[in-house]
Amino acid sequence: MSARSAAQRSPAVANDGRSVRLSRWWADRWVMIVALLVLGYLFLPIAVVAGLSFNRPSSRLSYDFHEFTLDNWRQPCATSEMCDAVVRSAQIGFLATVGATVIGTLMAFALVRHRFRGRSGINLLIFLPMATPELVLGTSLLALFVSAGVPQGFWTIVIAHVMFCVSFVVVTVKARLAGMDRRLEEAAMDLYASEWQTFRRITLPLVLPGIVAAALLAFSLSFDDFIVTNFNAGTTVTFPMYVWGAAQRGIPPQVNVIGTAMFAIALLLVGLSSLRGGRSRRAALPVAAPAGRGAPAPAGPGRRATGPS
Amino acid sequence: MTALAQVSGGSGPARTPPPARPGRHRLLPYLLLLPGAAWLLVFFAVPLLQLAAASLYDPTGSLSTGYALTWAFGNYPEALQAYWPQFARSFGYAGAALVLALLMGYPLAYAIAQKAGRWKNLLLVCVVAPMFTSFLVRTLAWKTILSDNGALVGLLRDVHLLGPDGRLLATPVAVVLGLTYNFLPFLVLPLYASLERLDHRLLEAASDLYAGPLHAFRTVTLPLSMPGLIAGTLLFFIPATGDYINAELLGTPNEYMIGNVIDSAFLVRLDYPQGAALSFLLMAAILAVVFVYLRRAGTEEVL
Repeated sequence: MSARSAAQRSPAVANDGRSVRLSRWWADRWVMIVALLVLGYLFLPIAVVAGLSFNRPSSRLSYDFHEFTLDNWRQPCATSEMCDAVVRSAQIGFLATVGATVIGTLMAFALVRHRFRGRSGINLLIFLPMATPELVLGTSLLALFVSAGVPQGFWTIVIAHVMFCVSFVVVTVKARLAGMDRRLEEAAMDLYASEWQTFRRITLPLVLPGIVAAALLAFSLSFDDFIVTNFNAGTTVTFPMYVWGAAQRGIPPQVNVIGTAMFAIALLLVGLSSLRGGRSRRAALPVAAPAGRGAPAPAGPGRRATGPS
Repeated sequence: MTALAQVSGGSGPARTPPPARPGRHRLLPYLLLLPGAAWLLVFFAVPLLQLAAASLYDPTGSLSTGYALTWAFGNYPEALQAYWPQFARSFGYAGAALVLALLMGYPLAYAIAQKAGRWKNLLLVCVVAPMFTSFLVRTLAWKTILSDNGALVGLLRDVHLLGPDGRLLATPVAVVLGLTYNFLPFLVLPLYASLERLDHRLLEAASDLYAGPLHAFRTVTLPLSMPGLIAGTLLFFIPATGDYINAELLGTPNEYMIGNVIDSAFLVRLDYPQGAALSFLLMAAILAVVFVYLRRAGTEEVL
């Protein structure tokens, strides 16, 4: 907007109409052009991963494209260790998601719907894990498990993942709950619905998109986590840990098949959710759960969702 | 995804204060909070104390003989003396990556928020979509892009930006590029949330009052996007400083950051006191930077 009106005002003496038009065109578009270039930068590695999934590498340690093949897609589990790791990551992700979603949703309800003492302390407890470097989360849990004599493995990973996912669940569900129209519930109560009926028939269906979004976010955080897992895995190997280890010994090309498949599945989920969410636009977007930790904007400054008030 | 959730909730109904329910359900909120709060206390707060204790263990102990808590504060200066280059590198690389990310992320967030029209949601998904693939797999893809036989290095050699044997992989440039790439969406999303709420009538008013585009940006857009800018910078900087995956996969030991040292202290050298001391130093340093930054940025809303 600013660019256009500025251009109108600018000394359009127009001794050369074309160059003025060109500079106006540029003033109008340059932001969009830069933005598209940046998006290109963001997608470049994805394109490379997809390309490499059809590659037959010249040697184990080579990262260059050598020869086209469909073998990797035909036999994604040629390296059985890798597929075991994928399955293990999925199991851990599932358990961590269930745990974090349940306890996080309960917390979100308490925070939005109730008054109680100690609110700021609870807010701090939820906010701090998101602001703490993952490295510190990982090493401190390691210190705890070692000093308590707990052997590390599958379950310590689940415990750790629930821990760092809870905060993100709380923030996501809270945002949904806070934006909800209370009058719908009041209407139900006015029409003689019991408290439980109101919850089952009105509250839960309205909050559900937020809970689903939180669960998807938790799953992707857990599935993709490396740093915290690395410190608490013992000898258990998840998919990111497999990739990390393989990076020293040589990466099987099937890793790129998994990477591409993950991307496609997530994209499909987003597509489906935005199709379904067409009616209630508010529900559509939060499902776009990224796989990186800290992905959501916690201390959303506008709403002060997380800041201990 | 709160940024998105928040945004799509947008300027919707203002948050209603929790209703008072006198007498009834006085215990209910505590019951709802109990499992989550207990989990975070036991597996987040207590471990931090344990880590603090471990950083003061007698450094002559070992995992097999056991550690004694001797309040060995000397662990801290020793660790810092041995590894200050990695510390400096962590902050240097993360800072350089932040500058790059701001240069790329601000136009991107602005374009999506103000110029994209009905493509807004699609472009937002595009910002997040790269994260659907595994972090490590994406980082390894940069190994291919920056490889010595790759098109990019070839091009840079042809235009003499790189010498005939110049490389990108295994240099600080590769690590900074990797950090920028991996954490850019964390910067863009909150920034977008702020810019989306920007009322462009303000910009029109500025231009009516004879402000040039640059002046309007400095006096209107930038100050109004400050909350998102601050949140985004922190969300970018904190994980980038603690990251060691990029340094390991795209760099060499000469590019190692503090995370690499902590990883090896805990998992390879099994020197727990040192690893714990370094972890705490990292956290303290990050907190200090964040604190100074927030003071200077003059916003208390974020924390």
